[in-house]
Amino acid sequence: MKATLKKLYVLLILLLLYAPIITLVVLSFNASKTRAKWGGFTMKWYASLFRNEQVMNALYTTLLLALLSALIATLIGTAAAIAMNSMQAKIKMYFTAVTNIPMLNADIVTGISLMLLFLAIDATFGFPTVLLAHITFNIPYVILSVLPKMKQTNRSVYEAALDLGATPAYAFFKVVFPDILPGVIAGFFLSFTMSLDDFIITHFAKGPGLDTLSTKIYTEVKKGIKPEMYALSTLMFLTVLILIILVNYIPNIQKEKNLKENTRYEKGMVH
Amino acid sequence: MKNKKNLLAFPYLLWSAGFIIIPLCMIFFYGFTDKTNRFTFANVVSIVEGENLKALGISILLALIATLICVLLSYPLAYILSGSGMKQSGFMIFVFILPMWMNFLLRTLAWQTLLEKNGVINMILHFLHLPVLNIINTPYAIVLGMVYNFLPFMILPLYNALSKIDPSVIEAARDLGANSFQTFVNVIFPLSIPGLISGITMVSVPALTTFVISDMLGGGKILLIGNVIEQEFKQANNWHVGSGLSIVLMLFILLAMGLTAKYDKEGGSYF
Amino acid sequence: MKKAWFTKSLLILAVLGILPLIGCGSAKSGEEVIVYNWGEYIDPDVLTSFEEETGIKVVYDEFETNEIMYPKVESGASAYDVICPSDYMIKKMIEHDLLQEIHLENIPNVTNIDPQYMNESRQFDPENKYSVPYCWGTVGILYNKTMVDEQIDSWSVLWDEQYADNILMQDSVRDAFMVPLKLKGHSLNSTDKAELEEARDLLIEQKPLVQAYVVDQVRDKMIGNEAAIGVIYSGEAIYTQRENPDLEYVIPKEGSNIWIDSWVIPKNAPNVANAEKFIDYMCRPDIALKNFEYITYSTPNKAARELIEDADIKDSPIAFPDLSKCPDLEAYLYLGEDADAMYNELWKEVKSN
Repeated sequence: MKATLKKLYVLLILLLLYAPIITLVVLSFNASKTRAKWGGFTMKWYASLFRNEQVMNALYTTLLLALLSALIATLIGTAAAIAMNSMQAKIKMYFTAVTNIPMLNADIVTGISLMLLFLAIDATFGFPTVLLAHITFNIPYVILSVLPKMKQTNRSVYEAALDLGATPAYAFFKVVFPDILPGVIAGFFLSFTMSLDDFIITHFAKGPGLDTLSTKIYTEVKKGIKPEMYALSTLMFLTVLILIILVNYIPNIQKEKNLKENTRYEKGMVH
Repeated sequence: MKNKKNLLAFPYLLWSAGFIIIPLCMIFFYGFTDKTNRFTFANVVSIVEGENLKALGISILLALIATLICVLLSYPLAYILSGSGMKQSGFMIFVFILPMWMNFLLRTLAWQTLLEKNGVINMILHFLHLPVLNIINTPYAIVLGMVYNFLPFMILPLYNALSKIDPSVIEAARDLGANSFQTFVNVIFPLSIPGLISGITMVSVPALTTFVISDMLGGGKILLIGNVIEQEFKQANNWHVGSGLSIVLMLFILLAMGLTAKYDKEGGSYF
Repeated sequence: MKKAWFTKSLLILAVLGILPLIGCGSAKSGEEVIVYNWGEYIDPDVLTSFEEETGIKVVYDEFETNEIMYPKVESGASAYDVICPSDYMIKKMIEHDLLQEIHLENIPNVTNIDPQYMNESRQFDPENKYSVPYCWGTVGILYNKTMVDEQIDSWSVLWDEQYADNILMQDSVRDAFMVPLKLKGHSLNSTDKAELEEARDLLIEQKPLVQAYVVDQVRDKMIGNEAAIGVIYSGEAIYTQRENPDLEYVIPKEGSNIWIDSWVIPKNAPNVANAEKFIDYMCRPDIALKNFEYITYSTPNKAARELIEDADIKDSPIAFPDLSKCPDLEAYLYLGEDADAMYNELWKEVKSN
């Protein structure tokens, strides 16, 4: 009884979260161009999607941007979080404050302030400026994911390793790193997702000819979202879903190793 | 040793100086000058003007309600998931952030399709001969949009905190004669406070500054402080007032976070 | 303490030193033209055919509103060759010395543009020196004949209580104020404080009847029978009627707004000659026709209109109203910063009420 209730509850929340997703998936098969009317079932948007060079370019830019910015942000952010854990209170305060700023500012403020900076140094607006901007708003997500894990690590184990003659680097990678890895992975994925979704900051940091999916969607709003966008979102969503299912359920070939990695991977999702 | 570790924060120090502090200074510069570049407090003080103050008030109210609902929805969920001991619980958690892979604007647009007078939900209700739901273009729809969009930010840290609790601590409490309720109040809840605080911050801040949700689900009839700032930047082209109001908003959030951080420390002392 | 400051400034300088390296990315290669246009405001095939015919590569960028376009151009953040702003924004750009004169002799196809639109353009570009019209339209009322029994011909219907919660208003300052200003017989470019306050009071009075303030969603909501009456651009009306035949578009008798989006060349354009070729191409009748069919916004191109095969559209009073018989139509003008601030302030009072 109790277990059923629990399941029901989880299901209800899932319904809330997935109702709009289902709506979008349905819309991607709508023959009518407007979201307000059902014009019959069609697959044509999926066909025209791949012929649409602009959308394909935007997809490429978006993914590359998300990947690079998440990677770099993870490196910088993880390093910073490790250092922050053992900092004197005063210096740490600076870092905590700085980390919170991009999260506190309205996106449009961050976007315009970065644009002003890029203007001041006379940079050419394009992919590099957008990348810089994305790394900037991604780092805090990494730090916020890693820092709590860092706090939970047991210092004495690390110190014991040092006492036993391990170099700090060795001790770190053997003792501390496995503990914070879930946080690092979570930070990476969160960054990736954030980068994928951002519009306003990208808009102000980008130059002509460069488009991400978000900027394309926003400019399309004036004349109506093209159904190809629903199709693309559906595909992206399904891809990720299938990937996750594969990672979780594929029979374990290297049983033990896989099991170990799996648990780590799962933990990575948890933050 | 300590100094060496601090070196790890060096890249972030550079980064934050260049891409966070300097842009922030620019916002402060705009916020405290007028169009002729003369120093003024007028932009910051304009927060107490009737409409701005009202917008801030409504924003705080709606953000608080949305955060509260997020807590109420997420806590049981995170509790169920963390206690399930399922191997798939990590996978389940991922299922809860998966919706973020669909573009934010598209998801919010989908809620419009769901909630409208002739929308999907009402069609279903009508079919079942139930009274129709009329919340589109009201504050309720805005709160729903906020809860929907920011719920994952609450689920993740809560789950993280709850799943970190050592089962032996709970067992110990039981052994010492505590019932389920007592165990929860005295052991589990205090240990989850850091996650709770983190979740509250991650939900309330974007809820406080949003303008897209209020535009799309509120029918543009409810002006939030985010809308005011956005309007100053985008429609009125008045970066000075926009910056001034952003500064106020930032101070406001910092203040709130300072308070929670204090509480966080007290909570942490349970440990 | 002092030393800390010194290191800090050094750090900042170091960061600044790295940044200019970023600029090295885009190498100039071959001929190109950088176009900045509204989103979804051109037939993509037209861009491809332009590239094929001229060998000039089109670097295409899109904006969402005039206001978001303006700071990018003003700041010089990106140098564009051709931009497509609206009337009042063109005037503002002229006044802020951001545009260069277009040498019309390099644009032979400009003769295809109906002179009456060149005439209308004089409202914001007095000597037709800076802009070449691309699209135009009016603002009017779209209503659903199954939900409205009467023949609508006046803005006053937007204050009629029987349509409570069935009215869609435009969520932009000028379009919103245009309605009560016109209703009361004022100019939609009024800067008179008393007139504007009267308009504000009318908008506040109307607010309880309004279902939503929206920009682009009027279209979808009207198609989906969400509302009975909406304020909309004429270009959208053609599209919505196609999707939902119950909809009817009128320009109210008190008069309304006529808007024109035109091609302009900014002062800092790197490829002026290519920009002219691009504008000329856009004025070619077959190309203008293709764009019209794709975006359904009225074309000022006389020769293109002649090519339209469907007589209903060719003579559509919505797409091509006879301007001489229309009620009083005015273009928005740039009113200066003080007036802009006043409009925004009053609009904020409406929205927060």
